[in-house]
Parts: sequence; structure tokens; C-alpha cells
Amino acid sequence: MAVQLEFLKSVPYFSDLSLAELESIRKLVFEKTADRAEMVLLEGESAANLYFVASGVVKVFKTSAEGKEQILSIVRPGESFNDVPIFDGGPNPASARAMGPLLLYGIKQQDMKAILRDHPQIALNVIKVLARRVRHLVSLVEDLSFKHVISRVAKILFEHIGGEMGRGPRLTQQEMAAMAGTAREVVGRSLKALEEEGAIKIDRHRIIITDKEALQKIIEVSS
Amino acid sequence: MAEMPIIDQDKCDGCGLCVGVCRCNVLTVVNKIITIIETVECDWCTDCEAVCPTGAISCPFEIILQEP
Repeated sequence: MAVQLEFLKSVPYFSDLSLAELESIRKLVFEKTADRAEMVLLEGESAANLYFVASGVVKVFKTSAEGKEQILSIVRPGESFNDVPIFDGGPNPASARAMGPLLLYGIKQQDMKAILRDHPQIALNVIKVLARRVRHLVSLVEDLSFKHVISRVAKILFEHIGGEMGRGPRLTQQEMAAMAGTAREVVGRSLKALEEEGAIKIDRHRIIITDKEALQKIIEVSS
Repeated sequence: MAEMPIIDQDKCDGCGLCVGVCRCNVLTVVNKIITIIETVECDWCTDCEAVCPTGAISCPFEIILQEP
């Protein structure tokens, strides 16, 4: 399948370019496919390519030495990932995995440098993309560093236990994130942490509080 | 009937990202409308909610206290 000019035009990097300029860039773009759960990038490896998601979704994440995962971003069609190492020459700062069938458009590092040299006007777009990314990551750093998110998620669960007579209010992870003043990605990790602590058990659409006292202790940490 | 994700058709733009990430094949597109296949069991991974760019899908959790 040929790389579509309309797609390149929709990518923030190239939005200001003429069709003739896009045509010259198209020649440097290659396709890469991946299946669900396939790793697209590995943290620490040398970076070779910049990627744009053409269809599907990519999860960009860090993994701790203990195997815990922290999602940094979810990359949707039209968005790019692996930008930073392409421009600073360092290794991949995070891993990336396909969340479903995935089609990527890639540009090799040296080709991207040539594109920037030949079309310097896109530098401003690149700065905008990178600035947006920094803003997102700064917000995530704040959540992970200063907020007792786990205890706040624990408190939210405690306050929303369903009554004996029937269902209590049901909460999505997005709603819990809004209540805790954090990102959905952080709530997902907090729920996993609470499960590992033995305070809750996640059973499909039910969060079962298995150890009320343990949950209360976690709540008290931040109060 | 098994619990299923909830789709707000007013918010859904039919982009289909959720269909691609659904590992249980619970979701499909019918005439550009995301539709749930009721006969398939959803494992509540909530990936569809995570990837939805318009916030049209929700996978709410019921919070219950385990009886001692």
C-alpha cells in the first residue's frame, strides 16, 4: 500500500508543506506493520527510525527492574513517537508495543535530518510537537512524584463501595483519575499496586475490596 | 447477560480504534457505528476506553466489599 499524501499532510510535522514537498518526503517513508502485543521499540536500544501511526494504536511505556509498567503515552493515528532519540542521537527512552493490528510509517534518522535540512520550515512544527510532549511528561512527573495517588485512589474506592441493597455508583478509570486529580495511566498502575498489596482484587468489572483494614491503612498514609 | 463496555453514540465518531485493540473481538463497526457483539465475553481490559479519542467508551467498575 502506498503512503498517502493526505496522511502526510495530516501529520503535524508536515502540515505546512506543499504537495510537491510532501511528494519528495514520501519517497523516504517506509511502512512497518505489527500485530497485537508485538514490541515495536525496546527501551535502551539505539534509535534508528522516527515513526508515525497510520492506523492502530501504540502504547509507549517504561518498565521498572521489578517488571512494573508505567504508560507514558498512547499514540493514535497521525501522531509520532520515538522523536526524542532521533534528534538527540541517544537510545530509545521508552519501549513501544502495538495495542492491536498496527501500520506505521517510518523515516530513518539520517533521512529525517535531510528532510529538516531541505525543509527548514518544518523545524517549528517539530518544536511544537516536542514542546507538547514535554508538557505532557512534566504533568506526569508531577503526578508520580508529589501526589499520593495510590492512597487517593484507595480513598475513592472506599467512598464508592456499593450498598447492600444493590449497586453503588460505578466508576471508570477515567472518572477515578478526574477525582484523584491525576492521569488515567497513573490510576491503572495504582489499582495494580493495590491488588499487589492484597487490599483489592479486580475481577472483570468488579473491584472487590478484600482487605478493608489494609485499604484504610493505605488511605491513612497521606492524611 | 454479561457486563459490556458502554458506548455513547453521540460522542462516538466511528474511528474504530477500539475495534483494533479489542483482544476479545467484542467490538465491531456496523455502518460506521461501533457496535457490541453481545454473544462474546468481554474480559474488561479497558483498552477500548483508554484509546478512544472522544471519550465515547466507558468501562465502569462496580466496587464491592468482600463479605468476611
